[in-house]
Amino acid sequence: MAYKIIASQCTQCGACEFECPSSAIEYKGEKYVIDPDKCTECKGAFELQQCASVCPVPKTCVPA
Amino acid sequence: MSAPITWLESLTNTTSSGQLLTAAKSGDCASSSCGSSSRPTDMDSATWEKVKDHPCFSEEAHHYFARMHVAVAPACNIQCNYCNRKYDCANESRPGVVSEKLTPDQALRKVIAVANEVPQLSVLGIAGPGDACYDWKKTRATFERVASEIPDIKLCISTNGLALPEHVDELAEMNISHVTITINMVDPAVGEKIYPWIFYGHRRYTGIAAAKILHEQQMLGLEMLSERGILTKINSVMIPGVNDQHLIEVNKWVKERGAFLHNVMPLISEPAHGTWFGLAGQRGPNALELKAFQDRLEGGAKLMRHCRQCRADAVGLLGADRGQEFTLDQIPLELDYDGGKRHAYREVVARIRDDHSAAKKEAIATVASVNIPGSLQVAVATKGGGRINEHFGHAKEFQVYEASQTGIKFVGHRKVEPYCHGGWGEDATLGDIIAALEGIDFVLCARIGDCPKKQLLEAGIQATDAFGYDYIEAAISALYATKHGSDRSQLTA
Repeated sequence: MAYKIIASQCTQCGACEFECPSSAIEYKGEKYVIDPDKCTECKGAFELQQCASVCPVPKTCVPA
Repeated sequence: MSAPITWLESLTNTTSSGQLLTAAKSGDCASSSCGSSSRPTDMDSATWEKVKDHPCFSEEAHHYFARMHVAVAPACNIQCNYCNRKYDCANESRPGVVSEKLTPDQALRKVIAVANEVPQLSVLGIAGPGDACYDWKKTRATFERVASEIPDIKLCISTNGLALPEHVDELAEMNISHVTITINMVDPAVGEKIYPWIFYGHRRYTGIAAAKILHEQQMLGLEMLSERGILTKINSVMIPGVNDQHLIEVNKWVKERGAFLHNVMPLISEPAHGTWFGLAGQRGPNALELKAFQDRLEGGAKLMRHCRQCRADAVGLLGADRGQEFTLDQIPLELDYDGGKRHAYREVVARIRDDHSAAKKEAIATVASVNIPGSLQVAVATKGGGRINEHFGHAKEFQVYEASQTGIKFVGHRKVEPYCHGGWGEDATLGDIIAALEGIDFVLCARIGDCPKKQLLEAGIQATDAFGYDYIEAAISALYATKHGSDRSQLTA
């Protein structure tokens, strides 16, 4: 029930952070991370996961 | 032609605002109407006030004024086939490329550091990577901070237009006077080949649906800006076989909607950059193809021809990036703004640009009076100030002018690798420069050695330093008149 970011591929644009409806994404220690306790996979809020939909790099924001 | 007393080049090398001020006060105004004659005849005075110190919106201003970009808004809501979001490079000069992304606070520090050191600085832009309107909170925070410290700096943004309509009112409130929208199509069927997806209204769209939404938002945004009197420049990437012919249609649409300038830029698509177009082998147009196409657009929306497709963190005059002098590690943590140099420089420019303008008018009249058809392509090495003041071997670009009976027009620039390395010329580099100067009749520079001069001549290009430190247009008119056999004694250059 959570997504994760593959840090080595991430461009750190930060779009996922402000699109996340659950404030689950934070910039921590030089990279963006998703808090699995807060991530809802956007269920009840949006049809598709916002972080994965906005991420510019394929297969970088993926199911954990 | 009377040479003005003040040399801009020496001023920008001075270390104190005191020296600049002394220079600003020395000498008299060389023309009778100080501060007014430099306005181009095809522009009203209100518009001229808006563009006269914006190097990207005015070809005339680009000889005097500098801009800087801060990369504070890296998030983007569309994917373009000519952009690779993973790319980051110190040595490449092209849109989207930066060495460091900044927070709004870091950006403020950098702007103050540049404003204190670069007297020509007049414009702060946010131009990628990412989209200034989509990553709006960071854009707004940066502009608010900078405007409160340096109220007279012009603010400008570049955007793909998708999130533009929702921020137009705020842009107007924040006094953002110049906006650039990248518009590559007005037909979604063309757009589909350029944009693989967009993110809009909390979902990702692909194909024709994506291009249609983008197109509608771009047109709406442009119309809203025009209604509010915000000047717009339209950037279009010319992609041979994809949208090149279509850009004629784009030019018409944006003109109808009040665009101030249209900048048709060549696609950059080295495979090494890793963009979709680059990897697919899509080529960009060469300098001659670009110029031929721009010539076809004459009569539509006014064209920008002096764009250098600069880095998203560029600093300085358009042709001479100083970004590497202002990386964060070179900027003190605590810094106060000192506007002395900028203010003094403006005083100097206000005085000497009229002299330049008068010289230019005289030169154009000379060319028009030579009653012989034909045109002359002239490449000029310059460091700014409207003069031929760069050595051939040090030039990183040549500015290209066309002299014909209709006048003297700036038509573009050719980037080159400097020929001279620590006093020695490199023959391999000279070969590349000769190739880059295809179609050029004359090269004008401040100094050139006999050896490169001879090799250029063998390739059919005449190079001379006889007009060193003259105004560009004055030298070109003298050349043109001479070439067409008019009386040399009438020439003053």
